Amino acid sequence: MTAMVFQVAIGGLLMGLIYALVAAGLSLIFGLMDIVNFAHGELMMLAMFAAFVIWQYAGLDPLMMLPIVAILLFGLGVLIYRGLIARALSVNFNRGMVQIFVTFGLAIFIRGAAQFVFGGEFKSINTGWLAGRTAEIAGVYLPLPQVAASFVCLAAFAGLLLISRTEFGRALEATREDRDAVALIGIDRDHIFALGWGLGAATVGVAGVMLAGFYYVAPNVGANFALIAYVTVALGGFGSLLGALVAGVLIGEVEAITAAVLEPSLKQVGVFGIYMIVLMVRPRGLFGKL
Amino acid sequence: MDNLITRRRRGELWIGAVILVVLILLPLPIADAYTRNLIIISILFAGLAQAWNILGGYCGQISLGHSLYFGIGAYVSTLLFVRLGVPPLVGMFAGGLIGGLIALLVGWPCFRLSGHYYAIATVVVAEIGYLLFLNWDFVGGAMGVYIPFKGDSWVALQFRTQKLPYHYLVLAFATATWIAAWVIEGSRWGFSWRAVKDDVIAARSLGVRVFPSKMAAAAISGFFTGMGGAIYAQYVGYIDPDSTMNGQLAILIALPAVLGGVGTLWGPFLGAAVLTPLSELSRSYLGGSGRGVDLMLYGLVIVVVALARPAGLVSLFGIRRRPKGVADGSPA
Repeated sequence: MTAMVFQVAIGGLLMGLIYALVAAGLSLIFGLMDIVNFAHGELMMLAMFAAFVIWQYAGLDPLMMLPIVAILLFGLGVLIYRGLIARALSVNFNRGMVQIFVTFGLAIFIRGAAQFVFGGEFKSINTGWLAGRTAEIAGVYLPLPQVAASFVCLAAFAGLLLISRTEFGRALEATREDRDAVALIGIDRDHIFALGWGLGAATVGVAGVMLAGFYYVAPNVGANFALIAYVTVALGGFGSLLGALVAGVLIGEVEAITAAVLEPSLKQVGVFGIYMIVLMVRPRGLFGKL
Repeated sequence: MDNLITRRRRGELWIGAVILVVLILLPLPIADAYTRNLIIISILFAGLAQAWNILGGYCGQISLGHSLYFGIGAYVSTLLFVRLGVPPLVGMFAGGLIGGLIALLVGWPCFRLSGHYYAIATVVVAEIGYLLFLNWDFVGGAMGVYIPFKGDSWVALQFRTQKLPYHYLVLAFATATWIAAWVIEGSRWGFSWRAVKDDVIAARSLGVRVFPSKMAAAAISGFFTGMGGAIYAQYVGYIDPDSTMNGQLAILIALPAVLGGVGTLWGPFLGAAVLTPLSELSRSYLGGSGRGVDLMLYGLVIVVVALARPAGLVSLFGIRRRPKGVADGSPA
């Protein structure tokens, strides 16, 4: 019985850390410039496919390709900002909706492109240092790829925290506080926004690579994770790194518990239920600033 | 006295009447079923987008969960018909009423949220509904519900081979949503809602009751969306959570309004006239073998229109018809 309780709790924690990292990238971009990236799940999906392709053709282990995919996604994030988002920001009518639907259109485009290139069937990375291995501690089974993913997620959070202490991190924070005033102290707002997008995309890229180590890869895999990421971000509070981490783990746990107690097919109902309750009590999320 | 606004509004009515006549005559020379189906679906989505526009456009609440009201309407009318024998002509209104009621229930917690928080909450609520229906055996679960055919009838809204009756049904539906939007535009409510959309705090300071305004808009919007769902169910003859409650559907309902011109009378219709055929045609011509090309094209159109025409496609027709003497401020 105790072993089973621990099993469920550990399972929730391992998945929750992935959710947290996916949400962190989303939250970062939102906090910086008040834009919800509805193509966030698709960025994760692209990272998973990148991992799959590198694994298939170069035989690299997911852990080794992390920096490569992170850099690729960083570039893609900057590109998306420069090509689309900067334009969406300069629109002076109906700005909120334009921003939502530009990223929506981008999401549909990316999904179509992935389907065109890779086809719709599920793929998986099934060899590697950790693939398929589990460890057992006192009757609790730990799938090693997921354990590794959790450590990478924690490391990534630590990395984001470190970045927030650097000169660049302070510039990010200043731009978030007042995007017009920063120009007076010589910060190029556009430059900071582009780097913010790069960083957000790289963050979700790291999550995607680690996820690809134990999850199927397909063009529509992002949609579900993105939905959970929006819930995580709204639950934790838009723009809050700590909120994303806490809410991600909370959601992982609620999901695991609902699946164990009720029914696996209802696991997300528990998650969404918790979210609705928290929002009613605290509309800005757990750690959100007003 | 005729002022500028009443004259413009009467003009809208005339334009509407002309377009209605064109749409009544449109299917008559078209014999092939594929094209007729395309027109029916486009008009249905025009009506749905107009229903969305009532809440999203005039009141400014960006709902990404309208699939819920659509699905509820489809299920209510279908289950009333299949289980209790209530004719869909009546069930359609029941579906609309329940859809509006659910919209109120959703609005009650969600309208306390603003901006992105509201949009995401609507996605989540719709997803909860979808998951519950998927797992709820009483409503057919993932298997869905087949609607038995009981002979051609306007009461049961069933026609085995004819498409024409459905054409007029969806046309009546879309016309009803248009008239509702037209009435709202000129009413006190319409002005309150637009004030809420532009600036909540300013609206409140002028005595606009913000929360009731949002609720009223949601109820009307949910009513028409539910009605559209009921009509869709009768047209297709089969419903399941994936075809009537899927989150993607919420986007398909909102997109024509947003890209056509949000908060305008003609935007949702223009958007549906462009987007629905585009999506259907690209799916049938590019979707099968091209695998994904249809999605790429669709996504690209959304991005380009949103960036190039932020006020929507209606702004292409944005010729200001200012009467002389008003524009330059000289005394009339």
